[in-house]
Amino acid sequence: MKYISEYRDPQLVKKYLHELFRVTTRPWTLMEICGGQTHSLVKNGLLDMLPPQINMVHGPGCPVCVTSVSVLDEALWLAQQPDVIFCSFGDMLRVPGSTQSLLHAKAAGADVRILYSPLEAVQLAVENPTKEVVFFAVGFETTAPANALSVVQAAARGVANYSILASHVLVPPAMEAILGDPDNLIDGFLAAGHVCTIMGTTEYDPIAAKYKVPIVVTGFEPADLLQGILMTVSQLEKGTYKVENQYARMVAREGNAMAMKAIHEVFDVSDRMWRGIGSIPESGYEVKEAYKQYNARVKFNIHLPVREEDPDCISGDIMRGHKKPVQCPAFGGRCRPEHPLGAPMVSSEGACAAYYQYKSSVCS
Amino acid sequence: MQLTCPLPSTGVGEIITLGHGSGGLMTHQLLQTEVFDLLHNDWLDQQHDGATFSLNGKVAFSTDSYVVSPLFFPGGNIGDLAINGTVNDLAMCGAMARYLSLSFIIEEGLEIALFRKVLQHIKEAAQAAGVAIVTGDTKVVERGKGDQLFINTSGIGHIHPRAQIHHNRIVPGDVVIVSGEIAAHGMAIMSVRKGLEFETEVCSDTRPLHAMVAKLLDCFGEQIKFLRDPTRGGLASVLNEMTEATKLGVMMDENSLPVNEQVAAACEMLGLDPLYVANEGIMVAIVSAAVAPSLLAALHQIKGGEQAAIIGKVTKEHAGKVVLESRIGGHRVVNFLPGEQLPRIC
Repeated sequence: MKYISEYRDPQLVKKYLHELFRVTTRPWTLMEICGGQTHSLVKNGLLDMLPPQINMVHGPGCPVCVTSVSVLDEALWLAQQPDVIFCSFGDMLRVPGSTQSLLHAKAAGADVRILYSPLEAVQLAVENPTKEVVFFAVGFETTAPANALSVVQAAARGVANYSILASHVLVPPAMEAILGDPDNLIDGFLAAGHVCTIMGTTEYDPIAAKYKVPIVVTGFEPADLLQGILMTVSQLEKGTYKVENQYARMVAREGNAMAMKAIHEVFDVSDRMWRGIGSIPESGYEVKEAYKQYNARVKFNIHLPVREEDPDCISGDIMRGHKKPVQCPAFGGRCRPEHPLGAPMVSSEGACAAYYQYKSSVCS
Repeated sequence: MQLTCPLPSTGVGEIITLGHGSGGLMTHQLLQTEVFDLLHNDWLDQQHDGATFSLNGKVAFSTDSYVVSPLFFPGGNIGDLAINGTVNDLAMCGAMARYLSLSFIIEEGLEIALFRKVLQHIKEAAQAAGVAIVTGDTKVVERGKGDQLFINTSGIGHIHPRAQIHHNRIVPGDVVIVSGEIAAHGMAIMSVRKGLEFETEVCSDTRPLHAMVAKLLDCFGEQIKFLRDPTRGGLASVLNEMTEATKLGVMMDENSLPVNEQVAAACEMLGLDPLYVANEGIMVAIVSAAVAPSLLAALHQIKGGEQAAIIGKVTKEHAGKVVLESRIGGHRVVNFLPGEQLPRIC
């Protein structure tokens, strides 16, 4: 697999590891933002290969994990309406809302479908004119352009029976929330490669300068991650705090103009509730007034009570980096992938699921 | 004959209707024209409620149901699976399938031409595996209460005289061998599943494994301690079942896992792990270390075993767990899959 296998080359990995051991002189705490990065670190066994002074903290970059219970309840409510076909990316289906998951709703008769693209949902709406098709528009900036495009396409094709339940979250405000916390532990960040493929790197410059932290835009393969960690630690050891781009084969400084245009066409920046963290101002996208007929919240006039999360779940501490999954009393006991208490145990990208799936020997 | 009005249609039409499952004339005609004439043998020709035969010695008995969607996929179809699957379940017990039962649950509306096509594949697969279909059943359910066609087969066969297959014979140091490339069947199905279609040349690996097993047992007998075909849940689930039952560990080497490049690329694209993807034509063998190299060489000479590889060994350490050494030398635990494997967001 060209463009992947090169970045899984054991020799290259060894070279970066050797260099990392050479430059590391002090303890450093780094956060990888993206859940895909967390998974790759754990799946490849990289965490145990790093110098012992380097502590990797797994950030809030799993969109499945940070989607709030209230939004999940909205999704469940919509899925249970008559004549609604509710469409979602696969790993949202197992996430528990306050009463059940979409998988349970599907088993009980709701028409819930797994799709790989929101554009398929628009087509589904065309093919089912007597049904209302709703797409669960979750994700960071990465999935926002395709979700926006689905609304633009539906409008252009006059598809009136299509809408989206927007639950987008944005990376920079979450980073600021973590860095602004008086108990912050994070010395440097691996920024999420795919988010920056869309948005570019410029919005990280003020964060690096304000909080004096190095931020390295990083890819997802083992060699990417080690190079990203090496670049971050090298900056920390030298006392610099710049934004650097390890993932230059995908990420341009100015981002993807077409994708950003689609986002700005359809979405406004809005406040957003993050599961386990709480409300962060201006940290999400909501459908613009001009496209309100494609906003499922408006179209179906959804008003549900706000629900509390399970009090035993410490997902907020985990996503802020204050605790590791194995430090949670419920981990592997009350909380397991087949019965998750909180969302980081649900998605394959969630920190708890990654630990359970690949590192369960650690806690036995 | 008592007549009612209007007279029921008695001809076999274009599609299966509830009448074909009524047990009356339509059922009789369907079976006669589509099943008995095609699959006929001494037992079926009797058209009795069951088959009678004598069996001497130790036998194995197994059953499996087949509910695949779509019915036809690259490299195979539900008919091939229904025969090969049960033949393989028996082979994993060290038994060579001899007699099979064959039952259909058909959703009304299925095109009879499609049913006929599946039956033709069933006949060919049974001939290739050397098994006789000796009894069966046909039911029809209302539209919407099935998914076109479900098949159940049960099989019985003699156990190879040198077979001593039981997980309690596995000891640390034994070697884990897989007989071919993993994850092909599951990805072939994914490539044609509605809503997920993607272009690939990946074909299902469905094939009978009894001849492969017989040859290995002829040569290596009791040195083969464990055989399992990693169907649903894939290689990871089979190895986890073994480690859980034996309280031993397995150390797998990611570098030595045989995965076809197109299958690997499709898994990468869809966010699936090939270790958990279904197979229909490979087996996992755990064998004594002393015979592992010669057994592997023998496998390479057998059709369907050309890509066989030693993928790991049984350990005393990390009891009850399957651990994988990654390509870059790191380690991770390979667990049971919780529920179905769900595609990732991005």
